[in-house]
Amino acid sequence: MSDFSIIGKPTAMVDAAGKTTGAGKYTDDLSLPGMLVGKILHSPYPHARIQRIDTSRAEQLDGVVAVVIGKDAPTPYGILPVGHDEHALVTDKVRYVGDNVACVAAVDEATADKALELIDVEYEVLPAYFDPEDSMKAQSDFIHDNKPQNIEKDYHHVFGDTEKALAEAACVAEARFIANEVTHAAMEPHSTLAAFEIDSHTGKPGRLTVWSSTQVPYYLQHKLSLVLEMPMAQIRVIKPLVGGGFGGKSEVIPLEIIAAVAARKAQAPVKITYTREEVFWAHRGRPRTIIDLKTGADKDGHITAVKARVVQDGGGYCSYGVVTILYSGALLGALYDIPNIQYDGYRVLTNKPVCGAMRGHGTVNVRFAFESQLDELALKLKIDPAEIRRRNLLKPPCVTINGLRVQSYGLPECIDKVVERSGWRERKGKLPKGCGLGIACSHYVSGAANSIIRSDMPHSTVNIKIDRDGGVVVYTGASDIGQGSDTMVAQIASEVLGCSLGRVKVIAADTDLTPIDIGSYSSRVTFMNGNATLRAAQEVKKLLIAAAAKKMNCAAEDLVFRDDRVGKKHVAAGDSPAQDGRGRPSPHELSTDGQASVSGRVEGQILRGSLQQKRKDEGPKDAMTFEEAVVAAIDFHGALTGTGSYAPPQEARGGKHKGAGVGPSPAYSYSAQVAEVSVDEDTGEVTVHKVWAAHDCGRALNPVSVEGQIIGSVWMGMGQALTEEMVWKDGMLMNPGLLEYRSPSSVESPEVEPIIVESVDPEGPFGAKECSEGSLAATIPAISNAIYDAVGVRLHESPFTPERVLAALRAKKAEKKIDLTEGVDPTAPTRFREHGGSLWFRGKGPARHPLDPARREAPAGGDD
Amino acid sequence: MKKELIELNVNGRTHELAIEPSKLLLDALRQDLQLTGSKRGCDDSSCGACTVLVDGIPMLSCTMLAASCEGQEITTVEGVSEHGSLAAIQKAYGDWGGAQCGYCTPGFMMTVKHLLAVNANPTEEEVRSALSSNLCRCTGYSQMYQAIKAAIEAEQKAVPST
Ligand code: FES
Ligand code: FES
Repeated sequence: MSDFSIIGKPTAMVDAAGKTTGAGKYTDDLSLPGMLVGKILHSPYPHARIQRIDTSRAEQLDGVVAVVIGKDAPTPYGILPVGHDEHALVTDKVRYVGDNVACVAAVDEATADKALELIDVEYEVLPAYFDPEDSMKAQSDFIHDNKPQNIEKDYHHVFGDTEKALAEAACVAEARFIANEVTHAAMEPHSTLAAFEIDSHTGKPGRLTVWSSTQVPYYLQHKLSLVLEMPMAQIRVIKPLVGGGFGGKSEVIPLEIIAAVAARKAQAPVKITYTREEVFWAHRGRPRTIIDLKTGADKDGHITAVKARVVQDGGGYCSYGVVTILYSGALLGALYDIPNIQYDGYRVLTNKPVCGAMRGHGTVNVRFAFESQLDELALKLKIDPAEIRRRNLLKPPCVTINGLRVQSYGLPECIDKVVERSGWRERKGKLPKGCGLGIACSHYVSGAANSIIRSDMPHSTVNIKIDRDGGVVVYTGASDIGQGSDTMVAQIASEVLGCSLGRVKVIAADTDLTPIDIGSYSSRVTFMNGNATLRAAQEVKKLLIAAAAKKMNCAAEDLVFRDDRVGKKHVAAGDSPAQDGRGRPSPHELSTDGQASVSGRVEGQILRGSLQQKRKDEGPKDAMTFEEAVVAAIDFHGALTGTGSYAPPQEARGGKHKGAGVGPSPAYSYSAQVAEVSVDEDTGEVTVHKVWAAHDCGRALNPVSVEGQIIGSVWMGMGQALTEEMVWKDGMLMNPGLLEYRSPSSVESPEVEPIIVESVDPEGPFGAKECSEGSLAATIPAISNAIYDAVGVRLHESPFTPERVLAALRAKKAEKKIDLTEGVDPTAPTRFREHGGSLWFRGKGPARHPLDPARREAPAGGDD
Repeated sequence: MKKELIELNVNGRTHELAIEPSKLLLDALRQDLQLTGSKRGCDDSSCGACTVLVDGIPMLSCTMLAASCEGQEITTVEGVSEHGSLAAIQKAYGDWGGAQCGYCTPGFMMTVKHLLAVNANPTEEEVRSALSSNLCRCTGYSQMYQAIKAAIEAEQKAVPST
């Protein structure tokens, strides 16, 4: 039984009040004197060479301060060192509808918008590629000259002997699965404010400060330095509150660089905030993925081999693509014990907005395919789907065939829990007609063991400062994007130091103040930044212990720091902590002994002399307040500081094969889910009634947040399973809005029962692992398996829209497919409410659509 | 466009503003009054992040002209807390995980405030349907229901029924 005073207690986020009162500031809430508004001109063509840009008319417009184009910042960049293929603004070609052509900085939004219309661009339209399988066959007009066949990267991994194992398998299943493209759709549209200050010594523009909605302030600082050709030390990146990321803010998004370039040219602060439509174009979401999967098992249901060919539709630039395609293969391992794996992965370029990292990066679509196929195998072998999963468990500690080290492994317990809670044994197969249960599992990394920029530096460093006031300030580079990392950091620091949470102030994600942390992605923050915080707190605590031991005349080992008090081990702990409104001990309250706390603070700050006098009179003590211990330590050392850092251990960094760097993690989270659905056989509509989701997070540092992350992941997975899909028409996004891109509302959302499983990882901070992404991947196959259970059709393409479900149902009964578009104008949108957003309404859009009724002829001499 | 002088009553205070007649209420609040609590999340009245109360009714401030609100009482999220302390619903949203990134939260605060004003004890069904005017991308809504329940209980404790 663990005994913590802060850890494991449901804790409101440290910044919750700012969020519920509206006082908390997000980037777009900030403004500076003399600030200009930036607006970006986007390409209406999916693939075109820029012949000429004339910005003179725009520049002459009253209120326009600067117009920037590609040549104002021609250095290429990209989030991966191998993928520096983007420019702040395009220099030669546009590669998707929405690509960034020019930017206007003006006194207000209306002026900037008007100026965009006055920029003349002459395009030479090139053949464009929209389907990855076509794109791979390209012979000319490659999207990037150095990527023949438009293949960004391909990997071919063979572990064991898959062919032999498949030939010998008692049972083999084989199918093609397609997962369509989805996007993060975080509620906060991206926003960046950039301002230069004049250097006192040179009298010229000097340091740059950028406030931005980013998950990765350090990477942003790094790329700004590259593109603006400024030393990193001259650039300060500050992350205000961020309104959700899910991966969509985990790399440098064009506006972040463009705002800085524009601010430099305009010699004034510039803020750019995307419209929702621009957010869709900026994208970086989960690519459409085509998965050809073959799995073999012996007669008892033990998986003997997996063979996967995966093609990802990456869009116009590299982004995180190389990592995504590697994750898709690497995370075939580390969930189950699979002795033979063959993986062929292709990341393909197309003329569409760029795909990148999205919650469950790389693993989600392949997991959908795999878990669906495992259900098929179970069916063929007449083994219960929960049982077949149990038969393929790993036996940790172990290293998988593809080099992933697994230590803590709560999957068996996760499966047991969801089976029990959902009434699986009693209810499976016995539900009324049209209703069904499905089970699936998933896992995810707790941070990548190898960072994308190769170096030996720690992945996280945290500083802690304690001054005479007894206030603990934690300086962390961790980027809270709503997942609650600031709260996690405060909890760990206060648990280690034995002080109340109210004493801890977190200063986060400001590159001038906080040590390097590589950001919030791949669910790395709790594990890595948490460990760094733990170490920093232990470091500073050593000083407190030494001073207190001296004052209390006892050995350091005898001291206990807890609830703002320092006591001796054999002396019973003080009074019980305060209760909060929820009837649980509140970690927020300062010391319950209000008197001592106040006098301690006063003494510490002002009346030190008399305090020392008092101490002399008192002789050795049995207990001290936290403040007294702090003051005692400061008397020896001055202000107390401690630094801690974390780098993943060598053993966790993976094998030696090409691409082995992606997939390894110091620890993996595990998830098992049961979904209950009903299917309307007349309309094909699927309703998810309930999802039981068990997640092994190592240890739940803050159970409210862990449950929130599990529910949020499951919910987002359900969105991808049922309604969310980016719909394209020749490279133009047909649903660039939240009405048409259907993220579930409260009435469409099922009840999710989160079940926390704690396997206590040997290397995690207090045993914690990730909890924010792993659950998502299990939801899609759990739903698809439940649909099979309900109506006997196996869906191979997500989302499982009424059209697709109905088509599958009719195919099963050998009935003719209903063609909703029969006899309809072929150029019209295929679905209700689809359109290409503002481009469509303004009659622009791909030239391939001369027949589009909304399109008017482009004015001669160029298209703006 | 030429500016006009209007009077806006926001959170119980009257402000005189010189704005273009075409200015949206959301922009007037955020840009002219620096009340940045109300958020913009979409281009097409689809997200609810900008919800404010106009004469007690939840409205999308991104879809209203500021000038059309003259003489009406506007309440924004900044007007929800009471005497410098969190209102029960604000406290409960924090305690129960109703807000993760918090970007949708101001809109939900207004929607829930209105819901509880017209229906002090809503069923879960009623809560779900009331909340469907606002989108949240983080929480999956579940913890909001718990928070709303807790807030109702807290209110009932604070004001014992007679
Ligand atoms: S900003 Fe989205 S509805 Fe008003
Ligand atoms: S809390 Fe992030 S959108 Fe609702």
